[in-house]
Amino acid sequence: MFTIDTIRHRLQRGCQTMSYPDGPAPALPDRHGGALRVDGSKCAEGCSTCMQVCPTRAITRPPIGPVALDLGKCIFCAACVEICPTKAITQTADHRMAVCRREDLVLGQPGAEELRLAVALDDKLRKLFGRSLRLRQVSAGGCNACEADTNVLGTIGWDLGRFGIQFVASPRHADGLFITGPVSRNMEVALKKTYDAVPAPKIVIATGACAIAGGPFIGHPQINDGASALVPVDMFIPGCPPHPLTILDGLLRLLGRLKQRT
Amino acid sequence: MSASTSFALLANATCLSMSDVPEWPVPDLVRATGVELDRGARLCAWFGVPEGNDVRLVAVIAFDADNTLAVARSTPFRGEYPALTATHSQAHLFEREVWEQHGLKPAGHPWLKPVRRGSGGAPVNGEFFRVDGREIHEVAVGPVHAGVIEPGHFRFQCNGEEVLHLEIALGYQHRGIEGALIGGPHLATMSQMETIAGDTTIGHATAYATVLEALAGSEAPLRAQWLRALALELERLANHTGDLGALAGDVAFLPTAAACGKIRGDFLNLTALICGNRFGRGLVRPGGCRQDLEPARASALLEKLRPSLKDVDEAIAWLWDANSVRSRFEGTGTVFTEQANTIGLVGVAARASALVRDVRFDHPAGWHRFAQSPVAVWPGGDVSARAKVRCLEIQRSGTFLEEQLATPPEGDIRTNLPAPNPDSLAVALVEGWRGEICHVALTDATGCFRCYKITDPSFHNWTGLALALRGQAISDFPLCNKSFNLSYCGFDL
Repeated sequence: MFTIDTIRHRLQRGCQTMSYPDGPAPALPDRHGGALRVDGSKCAEGCSTCMQVCPTRAITRPPIGPVALDLGKCIFCAACVEICPTKAITQTADHRMAVCRREDLVLGQPGAEELRLAVALDDKLRKLFGRSLRLRQVSAGGCNACEADTNVLGTIGWDLGRFGIQFVASPRHADGLFITGPVSRNMEVALKKTYDAVPAPKIVIATGACAIAGGPFIGHPQINDGASALVPVDMFIPGCPPHPLTILDGLLRLLGRLKQRT
Repeated sequence: MSASTSFALLANATCLSMSDVPEWPVPDLVRATGVELDRGARLCAWFGVPEGNDVRLVAVIAFDADNTLAVARSTPFRGEYPALTATHSQAHLFEREVWEQHGLKPAGHPWLKPVRRGSGGAPVNGEFFRVDGREIHEVAVGPVHAGVIEPGHFRFQCNGEEVLHLEIALGYQHRGIEGALIGGPHLATMSQMETIAGDTTIGHATAYATVLEALAGSEAPLRAQWLRALALELERLANHTGDLGALAGDVAFLPTAAACGKIRGDFLNLTALICGNRFGRGLVRPGGCRQDLEPARASALLEKLRPSLKDVDEAIAWLWDANSVRSRFEGTGTVFTEQANTIGLVGVAARASALVRDVRFDHPAGWHRFAQSPVAVWPGGDVSARAKVRCLEIQRSGTFLEEQLATPPEGDIRTNLPAPNPDSLAVALVEGWRGEICHVALTDATGCFRCYKITDPSFHNWTGLALALRGQAISDFPLCNKSFNLSYCGFDL
C-alpha cells in the first residue's frame, strides 16, 4: 500500500519547479522593497537624516555633494527610505543586485543612482564553468540565514541542478567558493585553507551584507568586515539575507545564462 | 521554592532593581544555587559582571512548576571559587565561559577549556579528550562541513564504527555580540539581535525587545504581542518542517525530504508576507512591531497557511508510514530523561526526552499569557522522539495560528518606550523553535547596558548531542546532528 500511496502522491504533486528564468521571475513579497535607488540630486543641502538612522553606517556624505549609499554594507532595513524627507532614497522592488566590482554597489552620484549589475565571466572562464559550476560553500560567521536561503536553491521549487550548478562537499571538487558571514577571525585559517584547496582557475562569490562588508557586525574586532580581507572576490550579492531569487540571478548572471532582457 | 531565601523571585519579562538582588559570598551563592537545582530548578544563565577590578557572578534560575524565575549574585571577588559544575553538570559551559571571559577559576571543574577564544585565526580548542587503546581511532570533522552549513569541529573517539566519546569544539562563528552591547543599546544592536541566530530572528528579537520593555517598566501594545506570537509560530513551522525534511533526507527517504524543503519555503514566505523578509528581519522592535498585519493581509496569510499545513501534514504521514524510516529513527541517538535533566536540556530535545519544559507554558509572557498551546512531549529521547515532537508542534502551531488569526486584538502596533530604569536587571525568556532563549540585561546608573547575557538554547543542548552519540555508529552522526539541529552562531555569539 505504502509504495502505491507514495507513487500516487508523487503524481498528484506534479512538477513544482518554477519556470524562471525562461518564464517570469517569481514576485518578491510586496514589503520586500528590493534594491535601493539613490537620487543624490534630491538630497537637501546639509541633510544627514538618513545617516543617523543607518545601523551599519552604509550612508556617508562628503562635505560637498550628495550622499553615498553603499549597498554592500546595507542590511535593507529601509530605515533611510522611511525617514528621507526628499524621497532621495527609494525602493525599486528589483531583485537583481549582484555586481562584480565592489564600487558598483555605491549609489548616489549622477549616473550611479542604481547599482551596476554584474557582467558574465570572460569567454575562457565561461567555457570552463558556463555549463557546470561546482561551488564549495564556506560559512564564516554567517548567521544561518544566508546559508538557509542558499540551501533553498537546492529544493524542488528552484532546482539549482538544472543549471549545472551544484554545491559540493570538497574544495578539491570545486570551481570556486561561495562565502557567507563577515569572516570571523576564528574562521581565517579554515577559509584560507579551503580557498587554497580549490584548484585554479577559481572564482569567489561573497553573499550577503556580512560577507561583503561585515553586515550588522561591521567594525567588530572579532571579524574581518567581509571576505575581501582574505581572498579576492569576483562577485558580491547584497542582502540580509539576499532573497533566493537574488542569489540565483547572481549565479546565472555570472555564467551568462540570463537572456539580455533581464 | 517557597523556602528559598537566597534568591529574589521575579516573573519572566520583568525587571528588578539591582539593590533588590540578594548578594552572597561566592561559596554561598554556589551552594544556594546547587540547593535550588536539587529541588528542581534549572540554570538559565550564570555569568560574570565586572565590578572595578573584581567580578560578580550572577545566577538566573527557573522554577518551571511555579512559573517563576529567581536571581541572586555574589559579592565581587577575584581568583578561584568552588565550581558548581562539580555537583551540577548543567553549569559546565557557563563556568567555562566565566573563566574565559573574566578569569574566575571554577575549582573542581572537570574539563576547564576555552569556549570561543581565538588565537592565530582559529579558536583555541585545547586538548581533546582521548580514549587510548590499540583498537581506538580518532575522527576529526570540520570546521568546514560537507554542506551549506555553519562551521564547528567534532572530535570522535571510536572503536571501529562505535563512538565512545564525542567532543564538540565551537567558537568559529564568534562575532563579539555580547561585548559590543556594553554601553548600548547602539544603532546596530537591533540588527545584531536579529542575527544572533539568523533562523531564530523572531525569537531573539522578541527576547531583546521584551528586555528593553521590562527595563522601561512598560510593554508592547497587545496587538504587537499578538503579531510577535504569530511570527514566532511561523518561525517554528518553517524550521520544524525543514528539519523533518532534512531528517528524511538523511535516511534517504526522498518524498518527504523534497516536499518539506518546498513547504519550508512556503512558511518562510508567510513571514515575508508580514514584513517583507523571509526570516522576519525588521518586524520586531522595542515597543512593538514595525509592520502591522491588516485584516486583508491576515486573510491572505490564513488562505496561504491552510494548504501549506495540509501539505506538511501529508508529507509527515509518508514519513511515519515508511518502515525504513521508523527503523532508522527508533533507538538512534538516545538521551535518557535523567541525562537530559542533569545536563539541563531545553526545547525540542528536552521534550523528546519526556521533560515537560516549554517557556510558552511555564513562563508565559506577552501574548502567551492569553493564548496557549498544549506542550508537545514524547518519551524515548531518540531521533524518532525528536521528530515526533516536531510533528506535534507543527500541528499545534498550525492550530494556534488559525485560532489567533481569527481573533486579532485591536489597537496600536507600536508605542514609544520610556528610558530604561537605571541600576536594574531584566530577564526575558522566549520559547524559540529550538528551545529556551534567555536574555538578561543589567543597566548602569544612566540606564545603558552594563552587561548583556544571551543564552541561546543551543548553549544548553550541544552537550545533549555529544551524549546522544555515545555507543552509536559514527555513520549515524549526521542523523543525530540533524535531529538536534543546533545553532553554531547562537552558541558562539
